[in-house]
Amino acid sequence: MPTFVYMTRCDGCGHCVDICPSDIMHIDKTTRRAYNIEPNMCWECYSCVKACPQNAIDVRGYADFAPLGHSVRVLREEAKGTISWRLKFRDGREKNFESPIRTTPWGSIKGPAEYDAPRPEDFAKQELAHEPEALKISGGLPALRPDQLKQGVV
Amino acid sequence: MFTNNPFTALTDVLPANAMQIYVILMVLAVFAGTLFDIIHKGSAKYFFENWRRSKNKGSQEVGGGDLVSLAIKTGLVDVLASAEFCSVRRRVAHLLTMYGFVIYIITTAIMVFGYATPATPTPGILPLLWWIGGLMICLGGYWFWFFIRVDVTAEGNSPLRIMRADLFILSLMGSVTLGLIWAYLQTRPSAGANVFFGLYIIATTVLFGSIPWSKFAHMFFKPAAAFEKRVSYANGSRSNLPVSSDKPEQFGHAREQPRNY
Repeated sequence: MPTFVYMTRCDGCGHCVDICPSDIMHIDKTTRRAYNIEPNMCWECYSCVKACPQNAIDVRGYADFAPLGHSVRVLREEAKGTISWRLKFRDGREKNFESPIRTTPWGSIKGPAEYDAPRPEDFAKQELAHEPEALKISGGLPALRPDQLKQGVV
Repeated sequence: MFTNNPFTALTDVLPANAMQIYVILMVLAVFAGTLFDIIHKGSAKYFFENWRRSKNKGSQEVGGGDLVSLAIKTGLVDVLASAEFCSVRRRVAHLLTMYGFVIYIITTAIMVFGYATPATPTPGILPLLWWIGGLMICLGGYWFWFFIRVDVTAEGNSPLRIMRADLFILSLMGSVTLGLIWAYLQTRPSAGANVFFGLYIIATTVLFGSIPWSKFAHMFFKPAAAFEKRVSYANGSRSNLPVSSDKPEQFGHAREQPRNY
């Protein structure tokens, strides 16, 4: 189910080249438009489809897996924080979905590198990073007391 | 320098008719090259096939009046303001190159056909606009070539790599740069002016003669594609894309421009 580029829509901006985790979206030497150089290595992650500002990239299912006549297209609008899908089936049915991407502005959440490095004694503890605060449990992590255990088990 | 018609001094070695015939040949090369491009690639056939498919998939009828309105919007917004570009840098570079090219070509034609000989003094505004157009092309073109071109060193390719897609931009930059150098040398007593004129003509001939193999014809195809896109949104097909969300734009943007160098 590899990706392909609508050449009339592509303007060769390179966003898909930048984002492809497989490094298989590149710029064609004749037309300076993007194209998938190795369709059989495409894992259909939809990164390029969502990243393309011109919505010039689509995914085509192989005919033995997804018979021709269907359409799955996505529109990611990061300023609105939404991602929308439009599914068209061969029998004419259409399904539309809209989901949120996030609920806070981009850049408002601290990245892992912006936190202090863990201290050596933190590695000896049972709690993982940001626990127990991130779990938002009042009274700390629940733990079994010895008197709660069955006799003879411990 | 900026108010001298560079073509006037040429009449010492070339008759004005020769320059005019050359310009007409270049115009014919544009028509013939674009026509060949359309026929060879089947662009018109695929364009109308896509148009029919979009019309059949559409849920709404787009009337004649709406089509005219969409054509006007395409012309004003997508063509004159190059609004299809999502990157500000690419858009500004393209606007500089596009308007520079238009100014440069029009003033060249006026000077060659209207004021080619010393007997008809050229109004100073024409060579000035010729220079401005040429410099705008150089500014936009070199900015694109050295700073905006994608899939270069970030992807392991040499910045000196030249490919067929570069034929248009390089021949345009070559032609205009050599033309400006020639025009500058004309104001200095120098034999180099004729050499640069020869190189200028070669580069200009490559620019207009290579249309079937270069991206020159995009200036005719892209407006048609932009118009087809607007019509597909108007008739509801939207190339099968979902409707844009009605949520407000409140989160800003996270996407950075690709770093290609």
